[in-house]
Amino acid sequence: MRVERPLRVVLAEDSVLLRDGLVGLLGRCGHEVVAAVGDAEALIAAVGEHAPDVVVTDVRMPPGFQDEGLHAAVRLRRERPGLPVLVLSQYVQRRYAAELLDSGDGTGVGYLLKDRVGQVEEFVEALGEVADGGTVVDPEVVRQLLRRRRDPLERLTPREREVLALIAQGRSNGAIARELVVSEAAVGKHISGILAKLDLPPADETHRRVLAVLAYLRA
Amino acid sequence: MARPGYLTSAWPWRSAAYLLTGAVTGVVVLVGIVVSAAVGGVFALALVGLPLLLCTALAGVPVAAVERHRLRLVDPDPAPGQHGTPREPGLRAWLTTRLRERATWRELGHALLFAGLLWPVDALAFAVFLAGPLSVVATPLLFGAFGEAKVLKVWLVTSWPAAFGYAACGLVLLALGAYLLGVAAGARAGLTRLLIAPREADLGVRVVELARSRVRLVDAFEAERRRIERDLHDGAQQRLVALTMTLGLARLDAPPGPLADQLAKAHEEAGTALAELRELIHGIHPKVLADYGLEAAVADAADRSAVPVDVDLELPGRLPQAVEAAAYFVVCEALANVGRHSGASRAEVSGGHRDGRLVLRIRDDGRGGARAGQGSGLTGLADRVSVLDGRLSLSSPPGGPTLLRVEIPCGPAS
Repeated sequence: MRVERPLRVVLAEDSVLLRDGLVGLLGRCGHEVVAAVGDAEALIAAVGEHAPDVVVTDVRMPPGFQDEGLHAAVRLRRERPGLPVLVLSQYVQRRYAAELLDSGDGTGVGYLLKDRVGQVEEFVEALGEVADGGTVVDPEVVRQLLRRRRDPLERLTPREREVLALIAQGRSNGAIARELVVSEAAVGKHISGILAKLDLPPADETHRRVLAVLAYLRA
Repeated sequence: MARPGYLTSAWPWRSAAYLLTGAVTGVVVLVGIVVSAAVGGVFALALVGLPLLLCTALAGVPVAAVERHRLRLVDPDPAPGQHGTPREPGLRAWLTTRLRERATWRELGHALLFAGLLWPVDALAFAVFLAGPLSVVATPLLFGAFGEAKVLKVWLVTSWPAAFGYAACGLVLLALGAYLLGVAAGARAGLTRLLIAPREADLGVRVVELARSRVRLVDAFEAERRRIERDLHDGAQQRLVALTMTLGLARLDAPPGPLADQLAKAHEEAGTALAELRELIHGIHPKVLADYGLEAAVADAADRSAVPVDVDLELPGRLPQAVEAAAYFVVCEALANVGRHSGASRAEVSGGHRDGRLVLRIRDDGRGGARAGQGSGLTGLADRVSVLDGRLSLSSPPGGPTLLRVEIPCGPAS
């Protein structure tokens, strides 16, 4: 499997097994891992040194094995606005996702369950989406939020919610259309419905998609 | 004893038996102590007597055990022993524990008092209150047998009427003696209890010790939970992720056909196992609780609940670990109950930290009728909260609503 745009990746993961696996996987898919490190300090140093296209990091890392990776990611994004970061977590937690999305304006970030790296193609697609400035939120988080949220999402029809969930997962209009087996025009119509109901006035289309996802997460 | 049926009940006989066995035991104890002390003392110079002297010092322990046993004759309240359990098996540990205990020396004192003073009193009371009146009652028998009788070795009886007169007096004395017997036995039992049964103060110390050991157990249990969570996370979960990744890559390479199908199946299975493991680990000790504290963890639990939950919880910051864990598991269990049994359409978790205590309220609009016990898991939660000196109360009238309230005293953690 080749990708359109080879990315230079800095990878932070403390488990050697997974780190080597991810290096192999990304290499297979045509990306280059310019640095693979095992803790948050080394991650920050490696980003300073290599200026990568995208950062992939684990949440829990040495020395404290708490959320060092996540905090490093937030800090990196504060220092380098627009640096795409994909955070891998072994837990689905809205709190983690929200903290990450609050850094910057929520563009060029991803929060995925570690399990997803097993779905190689989807994972690499998500990485590309993040590197291109998209927002990717794990379907598991989205599922939890969908079950709970009322306002302002209560006004959305079930179909619109489905579409919003897919947007949150970083899918393009074309991919959503394929997934739901509808035309791309229908997807566009649903999206304008969503944007209207979420009170997001017409502006730059891609940015409004991110805002819709954020509305979702913060509602 | 004040009851009218006392004379016809078993109590006078029990009292008599208590005093009589007391006298007999006392003699045995006296002989035992005197002999072992004397022999031990004589041979002490040759060292062989020292173990015997040690045994004498410990004589109070078995004597007290027998006395506690005998106490049951006249005292229905249990008199538990107050010796601690040695930390390790073996004679040495047992000896060290016993010799260091206050109870051992109290019991030795009791044994000496018993051997020197108490058993003659027992014997005297038995003789005066029971044997004496019985011998008076028996006057006609003696008169019939020997032609004359001397009542209590003082008054000579020479005629039948006098003999029966004394017998009648004897019956009255016997009834009076029965009461005095009861008084004597009661006093003796009281004294024994005072000397060798635990006192209120000791009980208090023991209760505090029990409460402490309970807290230690809960702490150990929490530490163990975290260890298991970490082991699973760092071991099994990482390997499974690596496995699904390898299988995912293998699928990319496999040509379409039976092999690809098998790979797909294996991949799917591994993914399911991973998802199950993730839920399991979360249930053991949720990471968000450790990282962000109770507020975030409750919000997370609300996200996972099948019934929609509103959260209105404001805390000053992090609380002590044990409190956070207990409170979190209360909320989880309560929400699980709401989802399983209540038929509610909405639930609410609210609360905060006020006046040095964490207060949590979990409310639902279900059908009510929930009870602690009945396997609802609430009993276990109540225990868990009570270890922290907290309280858990449940109000759930039939028809609802159900309100579970938890209070745990605590200051904010650092």
